Amino acid sequence: MKINDVILRTVTKAVVFIILTLGVYLFFAGHHAPGGGFIGGLILASGIVLLYLAYDIETVHKGMPFDFKKVAALGVLLATGTAVGSLFFDVPFLTQTHTYINVPVFGKMGFSTVTIFEAGVALTVVGVVVTIILSISEDE
Amino acid sequence: MVIVLIMILFPFVCAALIPLLYRRLRRVAHLGWFVLSVPIILFLLLARYIPQIAEGKTFIHTYEWIPSFDINFTTYLDGLSMIFALLITGVGSLVILYSIFYLSTKESLHHFYCYLLLFMGAMLGVVFSDNLMVLYTFWELTSVSSFLLIAFWHHRKASRAGARKAMTITVFGGLAMLAGFLMLYVASGTFSIRDIVANVEVIREHTLFVPALLLILIGAFTKSAQFPFHIWLPDAMEAPTPVSAYLHSATMVKAGIYIVARFSPVFGGEAVWFWLVSGIGLVTLFWGSFNAVRQTDLKALLAYSTVSQLGLIMSLFGLGSVGHYFGYAESSILYTQASFAALFHLINHSTFKGALFMMVGIVDHEVGTRDIRRLGGLMALMPVTFTIAVIGGFSMAGLPPFNGFLSKEMFFTAVLAIRDVEAFSIADLGLVFPIVAWVASIFTFVYSMILIGRTFFGKLKPDKMDKKPHEAPLGMLISPIILCLFVVGIFFFPNVLGHYILEPAMASIYPTFPSASELTPHIHAWHGINAELLMTFGVVFVGVILFKTLEKWKPLYRVFSQKYTFNTYYNRMVEFGENSSTNFTKKYMTGNLTHYFVYIYVFFVALIAGYFIWSEAFAFNFVQDSAIESYELILVFVMMFAAVWMLFAKGRVTAMLLNGVLGYSIAFFFVIFRAPDLALTQLVVESVTTALFLLCFKYLPDLMPEITRKRVKWSNAVISIFVGATVTLVGLAVVHYDKFEPVSVYFNDAYKLAGGSNIVNTILGDFRAFDTMLEVVVLLIAGLGVYTLTKLKPRKEEADHENQ
Repeated sequence: MKINDVILRTVTKAVVFIILTLGVYLFFAGHHAPGGGFIGGLILASGIVLLYLAYDIETVHKGMPFDFKKVAALGVLLATGTAVGSLFFDVPFLTQTHTYINVPVFGKMGFSTVTIFEAGVALTVVGVVVTIILSISEDE
Repeated sequence: MVIVLIMILFPFVCAALIPLLYRRLRRVAHLGWFVLSVPIILFLLLARYIPQIAEGKTFIHTYEWIPSFDINFTTYLDGLSMIFALLITGVGSLVILYSIFYLSTKESLHHFYCYLLLFMGAMLGVVFSDNLMVLYTFWELTSVSSFLLIAFWHHRKASRAGARKAMTITVFGGLAMLAGFLMLYVASGTFSIRDIVANVEVIREHTLFVPALLLILIGAFTKSAQFPFHIWLPDAMEAPTPVSAYLHSATMVKAGIYIVARFSPVFGGEAVWFWLVSGIGLVTLFWGSFNAVRQTDLKALLAYSTVSQLGLIMSLFGLGSVGHYFGYAESSILYTQASFAALFHLINHSTFKGALFMMVGIVDHEVGTRDIRRLGGLMALMPVTFTIAVIGGFSMAGLPPFNGFLSKEMFFTAVLAIRDVEAFSIADLGLVFPIVAWVASIFTFVYSMILIGRTFFGKLKPDKMDKKPHEAPLGMLISPIILCLFVVGIFFFPNVLGHYILEPAMASIYPTFPSASELTPHIHAWHGINAELLMTFGVVFVGVILFKTLEKWKPLYRVFSQKYTFNTYYNRMVEFGENSSTNFTKKYMTGNLTHYFVYIYVFFVALIAGYFIWSEAFAFNFVQDSAIESYELILVFVMMFAAVWMLFAKGRVTAMLLNGVLGYSIAFFFVIFRAPDLALTQLVVESVTTALFLLCFKYLPDLMPEITRKRVKWSNAVISIFVGATVTLVGLAVVHYDKFEPVSVYFNDAYKLAGGSNIVNTILGDFRAFDTMLEVVVLLIAGLGVYTLTKLKPRKEEADHENQ
């Protein structure tokens, strides 16, 4: 049975970018405002899931040729990597550091190693959520 | 002396590199050639320090690891660790050289050498560690690597069973030892062995002193296969022969002896220590040699022989501990000679037993069998192997001109000397020591003769052999020949060994004695006709008679019923453990989700409500609470309505949507109470889980009206009400709960410490980042779990995998 999903596809085309942008925004906003790696990752994942709902797996896979299991693994590696990385600077496990740099155009911006850690969290969330949903929903 | 630390880590690094380089290296040459360089480098590095160690120097290096718990990576190189380290690297080099010719490239060599290097590093860690916790870690690592090596041919059932047995027994002992170490820590306040030895007078008064002694001894006895824990060693012979030669005769099984030697300055003066170490040692010596005689498998014979020889060394350390009781005096020097003999025999045993194991491996490899009933007359066909067997076997039997003779004579001296000691009420039982030692030596002589005689003399039985026997290739012979050269060399120049190697080790065992050279006797090959020599003559005389009449008295062994061996008890224990745990697990793992929830909730209520009641924390004070707004009330009613409706929902989708209502209402509460982060998270999580549920429910059959008995329904209702009440009451009580320190003080300075004004995220990323990191890992594992469950079909196991 083929369902008529013109409306869904049309809406998805516009909405997915909003969702993904929101996800990225929330990820970076996390340090000072609501947001962060977990929520950002979840929103990115729900955007991707929406794409899968509107289109079939092959079409989406052509546009996003990621193996989401590897995305999750990369995320965990990033998170644990920043944790171990602090040992090389002779500080306790998982120590984070931050600084402010004047960037042209944007002005004074904060940079923190937490961002790398949070990126790991976000990637894991995206990878795992999409992997779970894909593996459950795929028909035999 | 950071170099000792590097020495421990070097094998581990190489072991980690093997899987990476394996594919490239295997094309160039046998992997063993690369691995061989590791112990050789370590041996040469160590050898450089022999002169300095002989002068009485020790080297210590501390790397601060967890200083707040007094756990530091402290390496300590002294005479005692030197002996063991030299054996580990020296015998290790020879074994790896031998294994290159023993194992074909068709075997999974990368596994083998990876495990072997792992073991080598762990073993070096054991003998170099000064910190008890670090020592324990390496100790268990030797058990694990030994497990992997015994089960190397894991397609064989016997290999797996042997590996499990060795692991069960040695890890049991290891855990006992850990408890002993912790008791020592309580008594002394330090994990450092050197500090414990220095403060021994204080520790001796502590009530935990004797329990610690007993527990540590259990660890040492299990590892060194002492009676009645010896049963794992013969089964460990399922490992490839190089492993048997290395782990199960020269190094790992001696870790227990190392512990006994290392701790004898602490416990040496105790009567319990003396009786246990020397007594169990003597029993093991006798029982091992007695049982070795009836073995028909050459490796099993050597295994029992190793058990017995380990008992000999153990009992010598026990006898030597008398020296600690008397303290430094002219007369107590006599008793310290036992410890000297123990160290001497330790080295001798490694040389001749290593050679003998390699010899058996050669026979197995070139003839195809190790069963002495099928062997015989190999002397003419394998002359070099025969020579190795004679040198090793005669040394084991304690005959001149081989090193075993010297240490066995010293053993006789020690057991004769102990008769007159006026302490620990030895005098009443004094005569038992020399008699047991003498009888055990006779059996040792007999099985040594069986080993040589039944393999190499007599008639050749070519029809019973799997292969046409011929001499081994040169490469396989080099290692045992080198060991045999040591066997002979040590006999002729024992005092070189005595001065450079044994003397500093004596100083570590008797740190309170002023001079180690006083403790080092001059070893004479010929000491005139005395009681010891007469005992040796007796051993040879009776031994030859017993060997000649072996067939007549061997049926005696059948008098003992097999029902009452320790192996039977062990098997019964394992069977009982497996059955009872299976039955128990079946009782509660019913596969019914409701049951699991019942366990979880009952436990939850009992623990949480129980704790709150116990700590009298249910204190409520509503005075300070803010007023309840009307929209909050509406939300609460919506949630209650959804929750109650869910109980009576007919379809899954309805129930799920109602669950969603609950979730979104909570998000609303977060909004009302100004927690935008939580609200956001809750909303997104709720959406994603709802989508997931819908996907899953597609595959489930429609809800069936459940037929449950009334009693069950009522008990479930009671549990649910208790859970709800607990959560509510705890929620109300925590506002005023003051039994724990609040964690929120941490986060007061969030902006200053972590530079983030979003406190939730600074908690997640900075203050409690460890939790977050592990949660991410858990998430990944859960994802992979779902993936494997839904995607991967169970592969068909090869049928012979289990049943060979």
